Amino acid sequence: MSAAHIAGEAGRAEGVSPPSQRSAGTGGSSPDGSARVGAPEARSRRAGQLGGSGGSSPRVSRVSVAFEKAAAGGRAALVGYLPAGFPSVAGAAEAAVAIAQAGADVIEIGLPYSDPLMDGPVIQEATHRALAGGTHVSDVLRTVETVAAAGVPTLVMTYWNPVDHYGVSAFARDLAAAGGAGLITPDLPPEEAGDWLEAADDCGLDRVFLVAPSSSDARIARITADCRGFVYAASLMGTTGARESVGAAAAGLVSRVRDATSLPVAVGLGVRDGFQAAEVAGFADGVIVGSAFVQRLLAAPDAQAGLDSVRDLAAELAAGVRGPAR
Amino acid sequence: MTSPATTRGEPGRPPGADREAGHFGPYGGRFAPEALMSALEELATEYATAQADPAFQAELAELLRGYAGRPTLVTEVPRFAARAGDCRILLKREDMAHTGSHKINNVLGQALLTKRMGKKRVIAETGAGQHGVATATACALLGLDCVVYMGEEDTRRQALNVARMQMLGAEVVPVTNGSRTLKDAINEAFRDWVTTVETSHYCIGSVMGPDPFPTMVRDFQRIIGVEAREQVLAMTGRLPDAVVACVGGGSNAIGAFHAFIPDESVRLIGCEAGGDSPDSGHNAATLVAGSAGVIHGMRTYLLQDADGQTLPTHSVSAGLDYPGVGPEHSWLHDTGRASYRAISDSQAMDAFSLLCQTEGIIPAIESAHALAGALQLGGELDPGSLLLVNLSGRGDKDVDIAARWFGHLDGEAAR
Repeated sequence: MSAAHIAGEAGRAEGVSPPSQRSAGTGGSSPDGSARVGAPEARSRRAGQLGGSGGSSPRVSRVSVAFEKAAAGGRAALVGYLPAGFPSVAGAAEAAVAIAQAGADVIEIGLPYSDPLMDGPVIQEATHRALAGGTHVSDVLRTVETVAAAGVPTLVMTYWNPVDHYGVSAFARDLAAAGGAGLITPDLPPEEAGDWLEAADDCGLDRVFLVAPSSSDARIARITADCRGFVYAASLMGTTGARESVGAAAAGLVSRVRDATSLPVAVGLGVRDGFQAAEVAGFADGVIVGSAFVQRLLAAPDAQAGLDSVRDLAAELAAGVRGPAR
Repeated sequence: MTSPATTRGEPGRPPGADREAGHFGPYGGRFAPEALMSALEELATEYATAQADPAFQAELAELLRGYAGRPTLVTEVPRFAARAGDCRILLKREDMAHTGSHKINNVLGQALLTKRMGKKRVIAETGAGQHGVATATACALLGLDCVVYMGEEDTRRQALNVARMQMLGAEVVPVTNGSRTLKDAINEAFRDWVTTVETSHYCIGSVMGPDPFPTMVRDFQRIIGVEAREQVLAMTGRLPDAVVACVGGGSNAIGAFHAFIPDESVRLIGCEAGGDSPDSGHNAATLVAGSAGVIHGMRTYLLQDADGQTLPTHSVSAGLDYPGVGPEHSWLHDTGRASYRAISDSQAMDAFSLLCQTEGIIPAIESAHALAGALQLGGELDPGSLLLVNLSGRGDKDVDIAARWFGHLDGEAAR
């Protein structure tokens, strides 16, 4: 197993802090230099408040700190997603570290699940291959350990049953021990999350729930009250997957979430390139990209090409979040 | 906020009671993507309003009578019962309902609700094709667009039902991911719904999924037991000693059981798909062999591996080939109000053949699992016991599979 090798890579990645300026050459579609950084005053107002809401945790949320740093730099944070175990356990960890090195502020590691009913074809394909390749929950935790050791706050994004079956408090304990920052739980609404809310408090983990364009203001208030780290705003009504345009509903949703909480709001679903990242960075605190990275790994002829490709995309997106389109 | 203490079971509660909206003891709930939450709330509200609306109830009752053919018969089967020891067996003839199974009871209710909500498009999943056919039928009747997701594997096993749905005007979408069976069709139906929720209703075919589906579908299927209880009393002057039904997702079984839950003398027996054998791992006997977890929007028993990944299932019956089960069954199982057993493929097929040859009734292979359970119970209960078996569907759709099994077609028998 190449964990040692990855650990070595991770060592070199120490202090992953994205360069404050990307060269214009890294992203073909990066916005022109004259673009105004979106809502800098709002960002600086928000910087410093982050991590407050719901914070009965004994530890400061590393995820909130990452958003705070980005906000202090007058930009949105970049959040990259990859599922564990694809193209291999080591390969996924290596690719996640590469994405972090190239500018992602937070990494989400997906826990491959047999019934991914919220995922589109790209992530389905990758997680299917990960499971067929024998990826276990223990591999996910090892992946988190490797990626977190590279200095980037690392969350696990998971359907609920694998955590439920592992045991909620045991999973929280083992995730915290692996250096994980928390969980994103797309099919666990706060109403059903009693055990997890407690376990997250006990272990100082972030708990990220999702809001959707269809969420009422009352539900947004209910959901964000239990969030810690950031709030995940689904940009559109649909499954994961890169799209030509990010839902127009996203900006309105972000604004409604901001009325309810001081937590940072990151937008996911559909973002695929630097231009879209810039567009979303114009109104959100963070930009989440998953399927576009996974697509690059799926399309790559070999592991090295996959790494190069995700690194390029991360750099393009990192440039995007620094230069909002409007 | 719901605290963990209140989402857990309260052993003192009467079984079947909705301890808290959408929960059956610790089971049920709404483990759904946030994008669906508002639709689930809307559905729950609309359903509650419809339930209290005499006009809705009258419209549904008239469709059930004048279109679906209710009440269905209760038929005594003495020649079959003679092979089950000293007992009487009555069949509740859901096979006589329009479209050939109990599925029509639920889809007529949900199709009416769809119209009430002002939606024009209905999504359904199907395994054996019975729910897909019933949904396509109701949509044709009420002028709704219909899309049915069906595992590619099942479209091959049940090619005639695919043709039936298409004739009724439905679009059938073969699902080519995962294990290409019912659970993957459900995943795909949810993916469609999350994208089209403003204009579409997902007409779930069993007492499963996120709240309010398990309660709503149960209520629509409850008529089976309500009718049967009266019919058995009228025919025999007494309540049955046991009510027997097959359980995949469990809608026909809940429908048959529910009216009898307060009758403590009546045993409720669910027959799950034992597949090759309950011990082989090639089965779909969720309550017999599974453990609690979360799947398809609900907390319930499911077949899962050490990592909480859903296990592949096997059954000769596509309609029972599902790794989960309705959450109310999980609660009835835990409280002991109902008991569940696994019936193997060959036990079910023997009972299938026996009913054909002793009574001239070809049952669905799903329902044959309940018949096999009755054959066992005849020997277990006191002499002279009275058994009510829910014959949930007819076997026309299974002729090809059964013919292969028994070697009536060219080539080798399937086993």
